[in-house]
Amino acid sequence: MDIIRQRKNLISKIVFQMATIIGIVALLILMFSIFNEAFGYVIFVNEKSPHEIFNSEKNLGEATKEELISILEDNISKGLMRRFNFEQSFSERSAENILELVMTEVVNPKIVKAWSLTSSLFGKKKIIETLKNDYPKGNLEFRSWLSPNFLLSPQSSIPEKTGIITALTGSLMLLLIAIILAFPLGVGTAIYLEEYAKPNRLNNLIQLNIYNLAGIPSIIYGMLGLAVFVRFLEPITSGKIFSQTINSTANGRTILSAGLTLGILILPIIIINAQEAIRGVPKSLRFSSFGLGATQWQTIWHHILPYSMDRILTGSILAVSRALGETAPLILGGASTFVAQKPDSVFSKFTALPIQIYQWTARPQPEFRKVAAAAIIVLLVLLLTLNAGAILLRNHHSKKKKG
Amino acid sequence: MEDKNILNLKNLNVYYGDFRAVKDINLDIPKNKITAFIGPSGCGKSTVLRAINRMNDLVDGTKTEGEIIFQNRNIYNPEVDAVSLRKQIGMVFQKPNPFPKSISENITWGAKINSYKGNMEELVEESLKEAALWDEVKDKLNENALRLSGGQQQRLCIARAIAVKPEIILMDEPASALDPIATLKIEDLMKTLCMDFTIIIVTHNMQQASRISDYTAFMMTDDKRSGNLVEYGKTSELFIRPKNKQTEDYISGRFG
Repeated sequence: MDIIRQRKNLISKIVFQMATIIGIVALLILMFSIFNEAFGYVIFVNEKSPHEIFNSEKNLGEATKEELISILEDNISKGLMRRFNFEQSFSERSAENILELVMTEVVNPKIVKAWSLTSSLFGKKKIIETLKNDYPKGNLEFRSWLSPNFLLSPQSSIPEKTGIITALTGSLMLLLIAIILAFPLGVGTAIYLEEYAKPNRLNNLIQLNIYNLAGIPSIIYGMLGLAVFVRFLEPITSGKIFSQTINSTANGRTILSAGLTLGILILPIIIINAQEAIRGVPKSLRFSSFGLGATQWQTIWHHILPYSMDRILTGSILAVSRALGETAPLILGGASTFVAQKPDSVFSKFTALPIQIYQWTARPQPEFRKVAAAAIIVLLVLLLTLNAGAILLRNHHSKKKKG
Repeated sequence: MEDKNILNLKNLNVYYGDFRAVKDINLDIPKNKITAFIGPSGCGKSTVLRAINRMNDLVDGTKTEGEIIFQNRNIYNPEVDAVSLRKQIGMVFQKPNPFPKSISENITWGAKINSYKGNMEELVEESLKEAALWDEVKDKLNENALRLSGGQQQRLCIARAIAVKPEIILMDEPASALDPIATLKIEDLMKTLCMDFTIIIVTHNMQQASRISDYTAFMMTDDKRSGNLVEYGKTSELFIRPKNKQTEDYISGRFG
């Protein structure tokens, strides 16, 4: 009897261990495939080689400002020269700036082939062969698709020039609006439901609905956002009511609409988390406050909220990190797939990180998959930062509670 | 009774939903004395105590009938504000429950919310001295109160209740979570406190009731499990010459 019992115990332990291991392996494969794409060798071909245009033994980077200007004059049209001069006169431009112009306008390197990290590490011979046979004029370079340039450039249709700044600002502004809407509203609702509402039929119905709302597919919220914020409240969400003369092409499909939609999406999650946090405040704390002649509001403000704030914040941060990854409501709410300019106000057209990633993976050029991988890393880093913040906050506060 | 009464309970009934937890309590509580409620578990003594400062209002489904007369009016009158009532009738709980704040903040918080105008530092010192805790904590007033020992925490809770300057302090088994030495300190404290305050205490411990209280009320449950008052009188008389058979059985340890 005893042996069977112990064997069962052992088997269940192994089963649970296997479950954990499968989970971890799946995660590792995911991380591997992302990093595998984001780094690797590329072959790029210059439209004009630097040696061709710069008749010198020196490297192009060592050329003086005057030399660079003369290269530009030799290689591009007079009209273009005038335009550059008009934008900022050549005398005011720095040497680095002109070198950049030479690189983009004259040398114009184009990536013709890219490899993943694993084939770069283990198949270098093959890569060099390809370089010699197929691209005699090409140059080989190890490229990190995730680079400072990538983080700071706006979107472009050329994979090596495209960047994530539009999507990143879009996402951050969306989150900000969602938090401003959902946090006070959610915590307020939680306080009302936990502290003031009597358990009658109406309040039970409200409670039940909040639980249901938290489980509704996000695309439904997208429909809501489309109907209410984009269409019905268009004068407000497009900014027309504030007589702003911003781009009228957005037609309500603005950051504001999408941010509000995301706010509504995370509202039930914040409410439920905050309710649980408030419920976790010991009864004794409440009683001791009431026993001293405190009103309900004094008890809430001085004891219940400070005591539960860490858990409320942790729950809210987790809700926000869910909003960060949401795609479906944004697609319905009219996130643009190509926005070349950084959004400058809440009434701008916008795109967001998940949309951008989806859009890049759907492109035919294989290089865009590398770009998408780099963007995924940015998104993951953002998510992990949020979650780490939540954990730090929780530890900080639980230390305080224990005295 | 020859002592001046501060509180009169008249036909007090408390219901939890349909369940009648306490039945027809009639009782006068004398001023500046210690009155103890004793009785077996579930006999409603804590319920009566919580009815006195309307703490029962905080529990959903509680209904109170009858009158509690304090300062010439029924505290269950609609015009009586339960919040200001609780300033006059303070409470100390079974489990020490200081706020997770510093020791001095624990004292001053009650004064602050009641817009106390005097010197806070003096109030802290005065209250802690009265609760016989000052010498132990005077050097660490800014430390978190949760670092104190259980007995110290409970005395802090008493100091916190005193700082609001109530008329009556209700104590719900204040020493049941403490060791014997801490219990003794609390008991000594109560004896000095009753010069300034009226103390009503609920206790499981009959020796404790006989040691410290001036008056004792013995409660029991009837066949419907409602608590009712069996006997009430001077502690010295009730413990030596109980009039009721049930009281005699209980205090002599035959049941309960």
